[in-house]
Amino acid sequence: MTSYLESLSLLMVYSAITIYAAAFVAYTIDLARRTAPVNLPVPEVAAVGAQTPARRNTYTEPDTTDRVDSGPRMDRASKAARAGYALTVLGWVFQVAATVLRGVAADRVPWANMFEFSLTGTALIIATFLIVSIRVRLAYLGAAVLGLVVLLVGVATVSFYVPVVPIMPALQSAWLVIHVMIAMLATAFLGLAFLVSTLYLVKHRGERSRGPRVQRLLDTVPTTENLDRLAYRLTIIGFILWTFTLIAGAIWASRAWGRFWGWDVKEVWTFIVWVLYAAYLHATATRGWRGARAAWLSVVGFAAVVFNFGVVNVFFSGLHSYSGLK
Amino acid sequence: MSTMNEQRHTDAGLPSGHVAAEGEVAGPSLTIGGWARWGWRQLTSMRTALVLLLFLALAAVPGSLVPQQSSDPNGVITFDRDHTGWAWAVSLLQLHDVFGSTWFSAIYLLLFISLVGCVIPRIRHHARALRASPPDTPRNLSRLAAYGRTHHQTRAETDVLQAAEQELRRQRYRVVRVRTETEQSIAAERGYLRETGNLLFHIALLAILLVLAIGSGFRFTGQRVLIEGQTFASTRIAYDSFTAGRFVTDAQIPKFALTLNSFRVGYVTDNLNALGMPRDFDAAVTVESNNRKQKADIRVNDPMPVDGTDIFLLGNGYAPTITVRNPAGAVVFSDSIPFLPQDSKLTSLGVIKVPDGLAKQVGMIGLFYPTHASTPAGASYSSYPDLLDPVVSLDVYVGDLGLNSGVPVSVYTLDTSRLTKVAGRGTATPGIQLTPNVRQPLPNGLGSIELTTIPRFASLDIAYDPTQGPMLAAVATAVAGLALSLFVPRRRVWVRTTRRDHGVDIEVGALARGDDPRLQPIVDAFIARLHTTLDNKGDRA
Ligand code: HEM
Repeated sequence: MTSYLESLSLLMVYSAITIYAAAFVAYTIDLARRTAPVNLPVPEVAAVGAQTPARRNTYTEPDTTDRVDSGPRMDRASKAARAGYALTVLGWVFQVAATVLRGVAADRVPWANMFEFSLTGTALIIATFLIVSIRVRLAYLGAAVLGLVVLLVGVATVSFYVPVVPIMPALQSAWLVIHVMIAMLATAFLGLAFLVSTLYLVKHRGERSRGPRVQRLLDTVPTTENLDRLAYRLTIIGFILWTFTLIAGAIWASRAWGRFWGWDVKEVWTFIVWVLYAAYLHATATRGWRGARAAWLSVVGFAAVVFNFGVVNVFFSGLHSYSGLK
Repeated sequence: MSTMNEQRHTDAGLPSGHVAAEGEVAGPSLTIGGWARWGWRQLTSMRTALVLLLFLALAAVPGSLVPQQSSDPNGVITFDRDHTGWAWAVSLLQLHDVFGSTWFSAIYLLLFISLVGCVIPRIRHHARALRASPPDTPRNLSRLAAYGRTHHQTRAETDVLQAAEQELRRQRYRVVRVRTETEQSIAAERGYLRETGNLLFHIALLAILLVLAIGSGFRFTGQRVLIEGQTFASTRIAYDSFTAGRFVTDAQIPKFALTLNSFRVGYVTDNLNALGMPRDFDAAVTVESNNRKQKADIRVNDPMPVDGTDIFLLGNGYAPTITVRNPAGAVVFSDSIPFLPQDSKLTSLGVIKVPDGLAKQVGMIGLFYPTHASTPAGASYSSYPDLLDPVVSLDVYVGDLGLNSGVPVSVYTLDTSRLTKVAGRGTATPGIQLTPNVRQPLPNGLGSIELTTIPRFASLDIAYDPTQGPMLAAVATAVAGLALSLFVPRRRVWVRTTRRDHGVDIEVGALARGDDPRLQPIVDAFIARLHTTLDNKGDRA
């Protein structure tokens, strides 16, 4: 029974990867369209453009609108982007089913080894992306998010896959549920923030050089200010969650090992990540550091998150040796 | 620089909690006092705090690359053995104690000094801001981050202002009327908790550091390996190792006696992929303290509280009982020796020292295999962690065990510098293979050796930390402060009315501290509500 559910789960993982790959293609087509000369896209653009002054009559300052959305050319999501969104939702349904089945097969939470973290973690990244998309137009990020997730799930399935096994006594704790769940959620937010910050940096550079196609593409994504602001908003949520991760970890450590902090390798990197994001938050309020430098800190911060997961778990030995890999 | 950031920091009317912290650092005047003030302002500037935070992150990295004495003492030994060429650098840079090193401490101490210097003026500033009224209405509201304008035909100016004031108060703004010779307006502000939260957070960070420092003086932990059937009475010397803060006295160490009645391990047997993986550990103990006996089970993740301390189960293994007899057949040594596990199948390493009773002092070092198996090449290993086919395999040394030198010697290591190997790899005599209850001769006619029972051992930690409560309080404060600081919007709203021939022009402008996506929607909603209120009133009048 267990092995049947396990294979079914794996099959669904493959399905999800395939659907995500299709979504990635759709989003990429959307991006490609954006590089086309301006007169091609839908006629609504003109309509919106015509409306805008009327609506803005009440405001003297037209640019104070705080909605983070694309430039006027992409006021409505393109067909490709909408297809990408739909495919992402479908893929996500498969992924969640795969994750739940895995949990049922193992008779515990599906995040007790690297493969399972990757599975649940990327499901959370997609969920965050889908939910944030409802409020903020994010189609321009679709290709990057889906690309990243396909890569992560792919690597996890190929290199980190382990059959279902029970968890060792050290991990049998309610704190596994809390601590790891929050860590994955934090990673999802920080990951999205990383993509936004990267885009910020690209656009920031692109404002000065680059060919006309890239220029047109960049014109369809939000302004650097809006990207900056979106990255900040995603990061503060990620940072609070990371803070909880750190605290929950410390409480668990004090229940399991009799000390709440011992500078174990994993603890060191959790601390480094936290301090880097604290630095990021400071940077957003420090003259000379706002903008590009802060965005770089967001990139470095997420690099540390990935390192903490991908490298520390696999190559470093410490108390947190739960990768499940031999 | 982006408009958001402009709006965040350059507007004179902006609630600016940390102008003092971020202040322009002008060149110092060339006196000692001038330099000191300049240095202090540098140290307490936002930029310095930021750079110090980055240094802190960077400085922690070597702590993960080089094994640390505190978290991985075995790793330290291995590292030093494998990297003898780096010994000078390791000791110079205190790389085995990064988090206690001078340079790491210097960074965080500077950071916290900077923090104090930054927080104190901000507290003063905020205390004033809490009592002050919102700043006067700027001349040009349309230049603010959010702005709206509307017109109402039927109402008098005072009615409009009154309605606006009521609405703002309902939204918990602090409101004042501003009157100049030519016009009337309203200034309102909310979200003082944002700065309060931020200050609380930073102060709580200081508290955490303080609690850590104090805690290190009052904490203690002790480790003890206990074999099934053994009892130990808790005193400082009864522990295998004991670490205590400077202010811990012997009287504080609880006097209890702990017996390990049995140690049970459940293995996974129904999953081929995890065969032999431990499912749970259970140390059944009896504790006697204050003349009360009490039975309990200690499990992983489930410590047992005793006399204000907690007892944790951290490890386990086998302690084969070895009996050594002299050539006449008299028992000269009989003891259960804890063998330290080396892998998940509990291949374990142990040392046996027989100082007396034989012609020479005998030391043996060897491996224990709970379920013995051999590779095709003939190397031994353990294929299952439970006792299915136990074997102890020993190399034998004779000579001076070095027990009389006065220096304490670990029971887990054998100093072979004054010993001669007489059996095992590299000698003419093969090593000894012991299976239960089969007596084997020792080499050179020294006597005989036998493996009898194989009890398990548990390694227990007792830990005492009186600062856990305060630490939790400080951490909770930090989190609460952080949440307030990040999520409470701080906003200023101004409303200005101008009488026209046919009614009143109303202008609303707003500013926020930091990033505030809801600012413009709020201004829009405010104007809409104002209209509704005024219209309703008009109907009733
Ligand atoms: C012990 C090291 C420090 C840590 C871990 C830390 C952490 C943080 C974090 C996480 C934030 C963002 C959340 C919030 O706004 O409350 C923040 C904000 C802030 N910190 Fe620190 N901080 C430290 C030291 C300092 C120092 C030394 C200063 C003064 C120079 C300072 C001044 C500020 C200010 C002014 C803000 C508000 C920035 C804004 O308006 O967004 N902090 N800090």
